[in-house]
Amino acid sequence: MTAVAAKNNRMAGMVVGVVLGMVGLAYASVPLYELFCRVTGYGGTTQRAELLDTQAIDRDMRVRFSANTHRDMPWDFKPQQVAQTLKVGEQGLAYFEAHNPTNQTIVGTATYNVAPHKAGTYFAKIDCFCFTEQVLKPGETVVMPVVYFIDPLIEEDRNLNEVTEVTLSYTFFVMDDADVETVTGR
Amino acid sequence: MAHENPTGWKRWLFSTNHKDIGVMYLWFAFIAGMIGFGMSGLIRMELMNPGVDVIPSVFGMTEDQARHMFNVLTTGHGLIMVFFMVMPALIGGFGNYFVPLMIGAPDMAFPRMNNISFWLMPPAFILLLLSTFVEGPSGMNGFGGGWTAYAPLSTSGHPGPSMDLAIFSLHVAGASSIMGAINYITTIFNMRAPGMTMHKMPLFSWSILITAFLLVLSLPVLAGAITMLLTDRNFGTTFFDPAGGGDPILFQHLFWFFGHPEVYIMILPAFGIVSHIVSTFSKKPIFGYLGMAYAMAAIGFIGFVVWAHHMYTVGLDVDTKAYFVAATMVIAVPTGVKIFSWIATMWGGSIRYTVPMLYAIAFILLFTLGGVTGVVLSNAGADVALHDTYYVVAHFHYVLSLGAVFAIFAGLYYWVGKMSGKQYPERLAQLQFWITFIGVNMIFFPQHFLGLQGMPRRYVDYPDAMAYWNQISSYGYLVTLGGVVLFILVMAMTLFKRQKDCADNPWGEGATTLEWSLSSPPPFHQFNELPQIK
Repeated sequence: MTAVAAKNNRMAGMVVGVVLGMVGLAYASVPLYELFCRVTGYGGTTQRAELLDTQAIDRDMRVRFSANTHRDMPWDFKPQQVAQTLKVGEQGLAYFEAHNPTNQTIVGTATYNVAPHKAGTYFAKIDCFCFTEQVLKPGETVVMPVVYFIDPLIEEDRNLNEVTEVTLSYTFFVMDDADVETVTGR
Repeated sequence: MAHENPTGWKRWLFSTNHKDIGVMYLWFAFIAGMIGFGMSGLIRMELMNPGVDVIPSVFGMTEDQARHMFNVLTTGHGLIMVFFMVMPALIGGFGNYFVPLMIGAPDMAFPRMNNISFWLMPPAFILLLLSTFVEGPSGMNGFGGGWTAYAPLSTSGHPGPSMDLAIFSLHVAGASSIMGAINYITTIFNMRAPGMTMHKMPLFSWSILITAFLLVLSLPVLAGAITMLLTDRNFGTTFFDPAGGGDPILFQHLFWFFGHPEVYIMILPAFGIVSHIVSTFSKKPIFGYLGMAYAMAAIGFIGFVVWAHHMYTVGLDVDTKAYFVAATMVIAVPTGVKIFSWIATMWGGSIRYTVPMLYAIAFILLFTLGGVTGVVLSNAGADVALHDTYYVVAHFHYVLSLGAVFAIFAGLYYWVGKMSGKQYPERLAQLQFWITFIGVNMIFFPQHFLGLQGMPRRYVDYPDAMAYWNQISSYGYLVTLGGVVLFILVMAMTLFKRQKDCADNPWGEGATTLEWSLSSPPPFHQFNELPQIK
């Protein structure tokens, strides 16, 4: 092998390394994106808090509730209240109702976000039915609570000065591959 | 070692000669381009008048099927023109033929890999064409989700195998391009003739080098993203499915991380070609050579950090939008350096308006026009109103269809004498230029108005109020069709009718790059004795 050929092979090897690295990065972007959304509240991703550790401040926030189901999900799913008005930093409690009209046990999981998206960082949930899978037996109806508060840090973000209303939205999906035994046996 | 000159079908099928492979790429791009151009014809004929009438009668289908068929046509047109026409012509065709000649190399660094790169393209193209004949959405054929293939329309929206074939097609075409890019990077770094330093290297070689870097950095991301689509569709993963914790917006991020560099992949080689032509026919060296080279590098670099300007409507927060607006506008700076350097090259030059020069000047004019609408669209506020309207369609056709494609025409007329040994008929080719120039502007200029009126892209019908400019646009297509027919005639006359032989350097003292020091056509193997560059 001539000197040029050896140099060429080394160069090609390096470029192949770059290509493989970029494929790796594309896949690494999946967990990184999820982490990024969770940390920054990007796309209206809400925050999770252990307990309410802040003082309420004098700013009203109207929280509207929205309930949706994926088209393959037969449950009837609705909020029990249209909206609640509370102080920023005050703990709120809302209820959602789900009913399984079919004659099969169905496992569901909910995704959620808030609109406007930029409020996601400041919307904290202490307890939520969306943290776990829900199992509804045939004809069963359940009432599910959400415990939440708006983080008073919202006061310091000038991008949210005009926000007086946020919408908390849930969408229920069927978990096809969920093992009903394992979920219910918990 | 004596090299043999293979003949017959073996010369082409087993070819390891960069010039033969370049010629095959150009023919391939021509065939694919004709199919893509035909698809745009059906699109324009359907849009000539309000209502859904042309596609149902051409294909004998119901109106519902025709609506989907229209989207299949726009998807096919986009994918074919990007992956199977512009890229093979500019990178595979001109790149293969002229990069080794310009840097004084005997061939590419990996000739056999070069052969694989080319021969992966026809199967990829066949896969894409096949995808239009198998089921996409239930009961209808073909994938109609646009060249961007956004989830969830490309996952749950098209359960049939059509999308899978399109994904495989992109995988194969991507593998071909990545191998080509590895070849160019190695060739340009390692195989330059003695004395050919990086800072003496012709601008076309610079443009191909930077393009190759963009390819190896961006195409693997597309490959990853479409592989995720494939596994979401067939193997139960949920990368883009919210039910399993995924996010369809992530696909858009991954797609545009590839997609934005992709538009520079298509335009940088065009910049290189135009630089050579402007310099040749102004009989002056290019103004600001180093600035031109590094402007391309800067465009390539910034091109990687602006992708979300395609996604202003997905709900980015205001700070993120502000960043992407600013970063996008910054691209206008190195691009402006290039435009002004071309003008400065022509300034005071002894200009000859040959056909390649006409195409190059038209390129500068029309690319600038497309660049200006690009700056308009870079504003997140304006973009929300113009997003997915014909204003965007007009913008990217001005930079690609009147930009990159004009550079392909320019390069072809500039180099066809060198490649074939026969010079094209000048008068007829000038007529071809003017017809094409008028035709494409008639197609795309009115689309700005349609976009400002709010006409959405990727839809088969429109309100009667938009009929006037749509009709003009469709007439423009017919004029362009005349230009394309004349182009085929001119090329047929050049290659097959007895034309005057092309001199080694038909363009005179302005043409200074190494390919003009060789015979026309160049010998099968050149530079066995490496040239010395002073």
